[in-house]
Amino acid sequence: MEIIVCIKQVPGTTEVKIDPATNTLIREGVESIINPFDTYALEEGLRMKERWGGKVTTITMGPPQAEKALREAIAMGIDEGVLLSDRAFAGADTLATSYALFRAIEKIGSYDLIICGKQTMDGDTGQVGPELAERLGTPFVTYVKKVEEVNDGHIKVERMIEDGYEVVEMPLPGLITVVKEINEPRLPSLRGMMKAKSAEITIWTASDLGVDTSKVGLAGSPTQVVRIFAPERSRKSEILQGDVSSQVDQLVKKLREAKIV
Amino acid sequence: MGIKVILDKCTGCKLCLKSCPYNAISISEKKAVIGSSCTLCGFCVEACKLEAIVIEKEEAKAADIADYSGVWVFAEQRWGRIAPVVYELLGEGRKLADALETRLSAALLGENVKEKASDLITHGADEVYLVESKFLESYLDDAYSRVIVDMVREHKPSILLMGATAIGRSLAPKVAAMLETGLTADCTALEIDTEKKLLLQTRPAFGGNIMATIICPNRRPQIATVRPRVMKRASRNEKKRGEIIEKKMKPEDLSSRTRVLDFVEDLTEKVKLEEADIIVSGGRGLGGPENFKLVEELADVLEAAVGASRATVDAGWIPYSHQVGQTGKTVCPKLYIACGISGAIQHLAGMQTSDVIVAVNKDPEAPIFQVATYGIVGDLFEVIPALTAKFKEMLGG
Ligand SMILES: Cc1cc2nc3c(=O)[nH]c(=O)nc-3n(C[C@H](O)[C@H](O)[C@H](O)COP(=O)(O)OP(=O)(O)OC[C@H]3O[C@@H](n4cnc5c(N)ncnc54)[C@H](O)[C@@H]3O)c2cc1C
Ligand SMILES: Nc1ncnc2c1ncn2[C@@H]1O[C@H](COP(=O)(O)O)[C@@H](O)[C@H]1O
Repeated sequence: MEIIVCIKQVPGTTEVKIDPATNTLIREGVESIINPFDTYALEEGLRMKERWGGKVTTITMGPPQAEKALREAIAMGIDEGVLLSDRAFAGADTLATSYALFRAIEKIGSYDLIICGKQTMDGDTGQVGPELAERLGTPFVTYVKKVEEVNDGHIKVERMIEDGYEVVEMPLPGLITVVKEINEPRLPSLRGMMKAKSAEITIWTASDLGVDTSKVGLAGSPTQVVRIFAPERSRKSEILQGDVSSQVDQLVKKLREAKIV
Repeated sequence: MGIKVILDKCTGCKLCLKSCPYNAISISEKKAVIGSSCTLCGFCVEACKLEAIVIEKEEAKAADIADYSGVWVFAEQRWGRIAPVVYELLGEGRKLADALETRLSAALLGENVKEKASDLITHGADEVYLVESKFLESYLDDAYSRVIVDMVREHKPSILLMGATAIGRSLAPKVAAMLETGLTADCTALEIDTEKKLLLQTRPAFGGNIMATIICPNRRPQIATVRPRVMKRASRNEKKRGEIIEKKMKPEDLSSRTRVLDFVEDLTEKVKLEEADIIVSGGRGLGGPENFKLVEELADVLEAAVGASRATVDAGWIPYSHQVGQTGKTVCPKLYIACGISGAIQHLAGMQTSDVIVAVNKDPEAPIFQVATYGIVGDLFEVIPALTAKFKEMLGG
């Protein structure tokens, strides 16, 4: 199987927050990581290769240092990394991102399955996977929690929905987005880390992809962010005093008055 | 095109540097310098008090925007039951349509769902576009997106809203890519800029640490998925009249490449987290898997759902389907009781919009108390059983 995994490098979100007083973003030594959901996508790609043979390629679109994410993926066992990096790609929303990834996958040529994470930690949309599939003209299944089998040009997966899961069959080539439940990502091996150090990373610019620059990056993004602000935390907090039984009494009384129970 | 520092205005104050989530800014000779890792996210533009950073974008105005009008709601249904979020979308959609002085329409797809159309009208829709076919009986990306795109091309709505559900989050991006328009995920507030007649779409980003307002100025429709249980449900008005417009599709246009072979219901959740009015959640403070029964007992008395922090899920104390937070479920119940949960930002991201939050934690410094409406600083092994007993007595259990 030829598998392509799409990953994104994101800031470790724990450290990003807005200072409510000045309404500015505070960042303390953010270290970039592979989007956590994408590590499940990488792991699933590796497991599928181990089961059905083939090759796993990873693509990321991002600034030059996103190369580090690809090396981390190679340390996990991925065969090859492709970095899409160009100033023209900056400021992309999901539609523009999916367009660049689509052109890169076309350039790679053949594939059986594309795996994306459920969503990213920064953008947090979960849209790139389905949009990419649409551009490629392939079917897709979102929220995959298990790959059951690959057989006769079809893949059978379990798709998580609100109240359970569906068993879905999709013809290949196709795309899946995966949730955390699907596996436990492996740690990089020592050999992998050695390999990652010296691995050759393919870097493609907008002109390598031959893309129409009005369709990528900021220019190709129909959505625009007009305002960023801190979430409101106007909640009044009250710490209930007294011993346990009095605290419990107070709480129940308040909840009752508010007609919650 | 691109980002620029206006050197005359920049004083090298470093506010932008601190604001950049991608570490792309440095200061050289008292001026900000934007490096190659910039993603044009715009945080620095917001942060700069001196308006010294600008992002320039050519405005490519599409000519036919004026042809689009009306607000559409995708009336998601499964097995003939309209998803609860649809009523919330109708409530919100009505407000948007009124602000724009335009019509509110619903798109209802399925098999034998006609009787639901009038229900959508009594909840505020001026008209319902109804497409019935056995190929639409259960949701499939190909067939559903085909119908929606066909209808959008014909009727040209300016705004299209869907629930941020498993179905909506699959359908919306496919439709957006087919129409090559913008899509904003998981909105928690919508508003109309009446002057520009634009939809202002506000959503959490960076795991709920930041709110962003997003517009789609030059393409139509403006599509948004909306988080369930955030907007107010439309009220019912039996007198409301509306039109049902039936549309036929050719069966060959409704074929789908994927097939649903089976559905397996999750029975470990007695009460569904996303739909629960009350959630009792447990964290690592429970000390071990066996103590989740304290949480379950309280939940039983209150007919509540059981939630959990990631730490307990990772430890294997409870299945992932119960996890609340950034990498789990987003919930917004009337009451959220957090037992032995520290309140890490990733957990708060999934529950801080709950109406009332009660926190039980023995550490008075625990961040959960910052979002709690009522806090009890104490040992959960005493507090939770006492609460359970009290509610039992009161509710006559
Ligand atoms: C990328 C990323 C995504 C994440 N996503 C999520 C997510 O979706 N959901 C989530 O929950 N977390 C998430 N986390 C993890 C999160 O950062 C925290 O680690 C986690 O929420 C902590 O769980 P906890 O509160 O149960 O445990 P702890 O932080 O260990 O807190 C336990 C609390 O119990 C209290 N306690 C102990 N004993 C008692 C007692 N007897 N009585 C009363 N109180 C007691 C302690 O004072 C403490 O505050 C994520 C982390 C990362 C990096
Ligand atoms: N810049 C990118 N490069 C490669 N893959 C990406 C990129 N952005 C998003 N993806 C993929 O699309 C998924 C969903 O991203 P998002 O729509 O941003 O939440 C991610 O989990 C990745 O698999």
